[in-house]
Amino acid sequence: MTAGVAIRQRSYLQGPGRLLLAPAILLLLAASIAPLLVTIKFSLSDYRLLFPDSSGFVGLSNYARLVASPDFVPALVNTLMLIAVVLAASIAGGLGLALLLDGPVIGRGGLRLLVISPFFVMPPVSALLWKNLLMQPVSGFFAWLAALFGLPAYDWFSHAPLLSIALIVAWQWLPFAALILLTSLQSFDRELREAAQLDGASAAAILRHLLLPHLARPIAIVVMIETIFLIGVFAEILVTTGGGTASTDLAFLVYSQAMLQYDIGAASAAGLVAVVFANILAIFLIRAVGRSLEA
Amino acid sequence: MSGIVLEGVTKRFGDHLVTDAIDLVIPDGAFTVFVGPSGCGKTTLLRLIAGLEDIDSGRLLIDGVDAAQTSPAARGLAMVFQSYALYPHMTVRANLGFALKVARRPRAEIAERTEQVAEMLNLTPFLDRRPGALSGGQRQRVAIGRALVREPKAFLFDEPLSNLDAELRAQMRIEIRRLQQQLGITAIYVTHDQAEAMTMADRIVVFRDGRVEQAGSPGEIYRNPASRFVAGFIGSPRMNFLGGAIAAKHGAVTIGVRPEHLAIDPAGTISAAVQAIEYLGSDSFVHLGAQSGETLIARGVPDLDFRSGDTVQLRIAPGAVHRFDADDRAMPAPAPAPGANIFEETV
Ligand SMILES: Nc1ncnc2c1ncn2[C@@H]1O[C@H](COP(=O)(O)OP(=O)(O)OP(=O)(O)O)[C@@H](O)[C@H]1O
Ligand SMILES: [Mg+2]
Repeated sequence: MTAGVAIRQRSYLQGPGRLLLAPAILLLLAASIAPLLVTIKFSLSDYRLLFPDSSGFVGLSNYARLVASPDFVPALVNTLMLIAVVLAASIAGGLGLALLLDGPVIGRGGLRLLVISPFFVMPPVSALLWKNLLMQPVSGFFAWLAALFGLPAYDWFSHAPLLSIALIVAWQWLPFAALILLTSLQSFDRELREAAQLDGASAAAILRHLLLPHLARPIAIVVMIETIFLIGVFAEILVTTGGGTASTDLAFLVYSQAMLQYDIGAASAAGLVAVVFANILAIFLIRAVGRSLEA
Repeated sequence: MSGIVLEGVTKRFGDHLVTDAIDLVIPDGAFTVFVGPSGCGKTTLLRLIAGLEDIDSGRLLIDGVDAAQTSPAARGLAMVFQSYALYPHMTVRANLGFALKVARRPRAEIAERTEQVAEMLNLTPFLDRRPGALSGGQRQRVAIGRALVREPKAFLFDEPLSNLDAELRAQMRIEIRRLQQQLGITAIYVTHDQAEAMTMADRIVVFRDGRVEQAGSPGEIYRNPASRFVAGFIGSPRMNFLGGAIAAKHGAVTIGVRPEHLAIDPAGTISAAVQAIEYLGSDSFVHLGAQSGETLIARGVPDLDFRSGDTVQLRIAPGAVHRFDADDRAMPAPAPAPGANIFEETV
């Protein structure tokens, strides 16, 4: 079977076939490689909008400045923390929701629709909703809840800005994780569950020994896709804290370099660092998740 | 004592009555086979016994204790599924030991039991493989081993051999039967293959549309089917049925004659056209079309001096007629009327 496929693939890419593919490939290359090349060029140049005259090749000095700047390491750490918290919260919560929705729940169709809904709310809108309606320390819902129990209100964004942002983002990604895991749970063989029941396995044992291994691959997919998007979390930071060392991630650092300090060279360098960082992270995470759950 | 007793066990799915007030005693230590056509509720009844479905009404006694409210695991029964339902992410060793592991047995005991069962089923070379890397027969044995490890009160098999080829199936039949006898464990075995039922069972229960049609030993059921349905279902090739005048002669609406009791004999009284002849080496079957329209099969014809298309005469062996009434129930063998020998075919 594999041989057949391989033969067909080869014949596609031989002679005139390859020639016919060329325009599309060239277009793709131009669209993806050109911006990368331009960014690399900028990152190696002295390109500041406040000093339009000063330009030219400056080697790696943009990178050196970036790494040396007091904002860089916190931004890197914040990015990692944000990804870690959002992944953990959205996968744990998504798994919980998926398990509930997989069972016989009354009004399952409606519930599923509700679960998906956060996905349809635009990031800036959901961040504003959370900031002004839920987490607001005076009139927010959480403050009201705290007052109900006689507790002092918690000022989320001044005391735990990164965690607050992570919560908002996790809420947005919860439906994605829940849906992917739910579809995978639904493909779980009913007889396997019954065999385990007869073997005396508790619900927890079935989850640990059967469902989690079954979900290893979908969880790896969720981790990979979420990581790719979470590297670039931006709107939620802009509309809640507006930056600051405690909540600036790499994407926001690029923005503040380029649009607040008008330093295109440094912004490009930060962007490229983010790209490399994202790739390393993705490879590492997929491997780790795959290994730990398959064992 | 591990007798299983069903009293009026009823189960509905919506309006559909799947098992209808079933009364049944599964004898301790015996091999009981549930047999019946597709969709008659065999699997459902097995799942009710296992506790995978809830009984709507009726009682289920295991060892004399009402088990209707007992969890599947606590009933102490083990089930072998048609799809094997092996845990795909675990090795054979982990599959076999899973029940003991979740019961938190000591490691040494788990290892020992696992090895022992693997030994019994010739699975030792495969202990470290995943189910995906096993053949169908090996998977089947792992599924049986997984049930065995728990030392259950009874085995429940749901068509365990239907995914295997004919040769392996015949081999596994013997192996399962040997294992069951060796361990003396009660077994319920579901199949829709009557040959499997006949060869394996101590006791056969024939189901039809959610009811027990007849229960008894294979010999009893073969010799004295309680209804036309059972008569036609058990035995291969199936029983020949004749209606009309011939049946009326026997005081029945329909009579049934097994192929081995139908002889081709110039002195016979039933005319039929030979349609096809099957030689199977040790056996031969002649397919015939009776003049009255029925298709008949005769078995083991000694001298085959005829061909397709020929018209021959058939004779029913004495005492071999099964009589059925208008409701297709079997009628008791008639007392011989004085002066008349009803076992002599005299049409
Ligand atoms: N979960 C269910 N919901 C509704 N109807 C069901 C369900 N399970 C089984 N049935 C119905 O109950 C009847 C008996 O099914 P069951 O699986 O017990 O048949 P079976 O005798 O095992 O047949 P087979 O030999 O084909 O396996 C069928 O008509 C089936 O459609
Ligand atoms: Mg079935």
